[in-house]
Amino acid sequence: MSAESRDAEMVIAPPSGLGSIGFKELWAYRELFGFLVWRDVSVRYKQSVLGILWALLTPLVTMVIFTIIFGRIAKLPTDGIPYPIFSYAGLLPWLFFSQSLQKATLSMVAERNLLTKIYFPRLIVPMAATLAPLVDLLIASSVLLVMMFYYQIAPTVHSLYLLPLCVLWAWVTAVGVGTWLSALNVYFRDVGQLIPFLVQIWLYASPVVYPASLVPSHFQWLYALNPMTGVIEGFRWALFAHGDPPDLLVFVSVSVSAVFFVTGGLFFKRMERSFADVV
Amino acid sequence: MIHVEGIGKRYRLGKSIRHDTLRDAIMHRARFGRRRQNPIDRQAEEHFWALKDISFDVTEGEAVGIIGRNGSGKSTLLKILSRITPPTEGVIRLRGRVASLLEVGTGFHPELSGRENIYLNGAILGMRCQEINAKFDEIIAFAEIDKFLDTPVKRYSSGMYVRLAFAVAAHLEPQILLVDEVLAVGDAEFQKKCLGKIGEVAKSGRTVLFVSHNMAAVQSLTSRAVLLSDGHLVEWGRTENVVSTYLQRASEYVSTRRMKSNDPEFSVSRFEFDADAFKPGFNAPFRFDISFELDRDFHSINIVIEIINSIGSRLITSRGAINLIPGGKSHLSLQISDHHLPPGDYSVTLAIGRNRRMLVYEENVLLFEVSSEGVSEPLLMPQIEARDRLGAFIPMKVST
Repeated sequence: MSAESRDAEMVIAPPSGLGSIGFKELWAYRELFGFLVWRDVSVRYKQSVLGILWALLTPLVTMVIFTIIFGRIAKLPTDGIPYPIFSYAGLLPWLFFSQSLQKATLSMVAERNLLTKIYFPRLIVPMAATLAPLVDLLIASSVLLVMMFYYQIAPTVHSLYLLPLCVLWAWVTAVGVGTWLSALNVYFRDVGQLIPFLVQIWLYASPVVYPASLVPSHFQWLYALNPMTGVIEGFRWALFAHGDPPDLLVFVSVSVSAVFFVTGGLFFKRMERSFADVV
Repeated sequence: MIHVEGIGKRYRLGKSIRHDTLRDAIMHRARFGRRRQNPIDRQAEEHFWALKDISFDVTEGEAVGIIGRNGSGKSTLLKILSRITPPTEGVIRLRGRVASLLEVGTGFHPELSGRENIYLNGAILGMRCQEINAKFDEIIAFAEIDKFLDTPVKRYSSGMYVRLAFAVAAHLEPQILLVDEVLAVGDAEFQKKCLGKIGEVAKSGRTVLFVSHNMAAVQSLTSRAVLLSDGHLVEWGRTENVVSTYLQRASEYVSTRRMKSNDPEFSVSRFEFDADAFKPGFNAPFRFDISFELDRDFHSINIVIEIINSIGSRLITSRGAINLIPGGKSHLSLQISDHHLPPGDYSVTLAIGRNRRMLVYEENVLLFEVSSEGVSEPLLMPQIEARDRLGAFIPMKVST
C-alpha cells in the first residue's frame, strides 16, 4: 500500500480494455518484491546438508558428464576452446535461465494462497521467482574463475560489462516466457507438466553442448530465433573473445526476447483479472 | 468513505465448464464451438451471480458488520473490496489506506523463523519495512513468543502460530480495515484478545468492515450491519435490527445446500430442524431431519452434532451411530434431549464420519434460538439476564 494512495480516491470497477502494466504500482510494491526474493533465497537450501554447495554441484557434475559424452566420445567442435570450460560457460547462463523459467511458470499456482487472500500487483510473483536462481549463478561463477585460471584464459575488458548484460538478457527472456507460461498454468495445469520437457528440448536447441557455428550459415537466422542462442553465444564471446562477435545472432535474439517480454507482460495483465477465481 | 454501488459478481458454474486441462478446453471448443458464442445460452447455462445489486455507504470511522449464511456472498463482497477479484458490474469508490485480513498468517513460510515471518507477513499485508522495525517489539510482546523468535514457525504449536500471525495483523495501521472471520481460530482467551483489538481499531476512528458469524461480536463491535442472502442485500441498517432479522428468518433453520463431502459417493442433500422445533423452548428436545443421497450402502456411520454459542464456544457435542444407511435416497431423524442450554442464540456444526475418516464437516449449518419460554422465573437472579449465562441451565431439587 503506497503512501501516495493514502488519500487518493480508489475506484474498483469491472476491468475493461487491455489494461496497462502499472509500473507505478509495481514500484510502490518494491519492498514486497524484495521480501519475496529474499524468502526464496533463504528458504532454498534450508534443512539440506550440502546447502549452498548444491549451487556448485549441479553445474559441475553436468559439465563433467557433457565433457565425457560430447567432448570425449562425440568429439564435438568447440571453436578451439577446451571442452570443459566451453560447456561450463554455456551452462552458467543456461541453468540460470532454465531454473528461472521453471520457477516463474510454477509460481502463480505455488502462491495460490497469497493470490486468493491479499491484493498486490500479480506481476510481482513470477518476477520475484526468477531472481532466486541469480544467487546460484553467482556462486557457480566462482568455478568458472578457477577454470579460467587453470586454462590461462584472461577475461577481456568487454567481459566486465558484456557478462552482466548477457545475464540481464537471460533474465528478461525468462521473465518474458515465464509470464506467458505462469498465466497459462493458472488455467491449464498441463503447462506445469510440460515445462521439464520444454526445458530439455530447449537445452539441445541452444548452443550449450555445441557451438552455434555448427549450424549451417543459411539457417543461422532461424537458429537465432531462439533467444538463448544469442545469450549463450554472447556470454561465451564476452569471455573468450574468439572470432567475430555474433552480431546477427545477438540482434535477432534480443528482438525475440523483447517481444516475449512485452507480450508476456500484456498477456499476464489481461489474464490476471480472474486469477484469484480460477487458481 | 466507502461507496458501494450496484456491485455484482458472476461466476462460472460447474465442473463441466471449467477446463482444468488443455485437452478439455480444446475438446469443448471443438464440440460446442459455435454454440458457446451465443451469449444468452452461455449466461443461462454456465453462470450464477454470487452477488447482485449490492449498494451501501460507509462513513468514515464507522464499523460495519457483514452477516449472512455460508454461501450468501459475504466473502465474495470482501474479496471485491480488497481488490482480490474484480466485480462483474457496479463500482466501489473508497478513500484511504486499505488493509484486508481474510485470514491470519497469509504467506507465513514454515521454514522461516518467527522473526523472519514477521517481516515477510508485514510486507505482504502492506507494511513498510521501517514501520515493521518500529513495531517489532510490540508485535512480539503481543504474540508472547519472544523465546521462540528464532525458531522456524513449523516447530510452533498451533496456538503460537496463530498468536504471532494475529499480532502482525493487529499492528497494521490502515484507515480502512476489512476483516473476515479470522477470529474463528485460537482458544477462547485469544479470541477475546482479537475481538478487543478489533474493537480498539474501530474506536480509534478507523473504518472497519467485519464479516462474521459471531452475532455477539458483530453486535458489540459494529453500529450498522449488512445482511446478505443468496447474493442479495436483504437489510442494511442498525446492527441490532439486522441481527434480529437474521436470526428470525425461518429460512435460516433449513440447510438445503448440498454439503461438501470427502467421498463422491456420499452426500447430504438436506439438513433441517424438524418442522415443529423451529424455536425450541427451554430444554425442549432438538429434532433434526437429515436426508442423504448415496451411490452405495454405507456401514457404521457416526453422526456428531456440535452446538456452539454466540461467542464460539462448543457447549454440546452429541454423537450417534447407525449401522447401515442404504444406497439411494434415505432419511434419518436425530434427537438431542435434556441439553439444558440457557436461552440464547446458537449455531450447529454437523460432522459425519466413517471409521476414522471424516465424510462431512460443516460449521454453521443451522442457526437457532433457545427462547426463555419455560424457564422458571425463581431460578434467575433478577440483575442477570438468562441470556448472559453460559453452560448448563439446571433446576435444583431442594429437600430437607
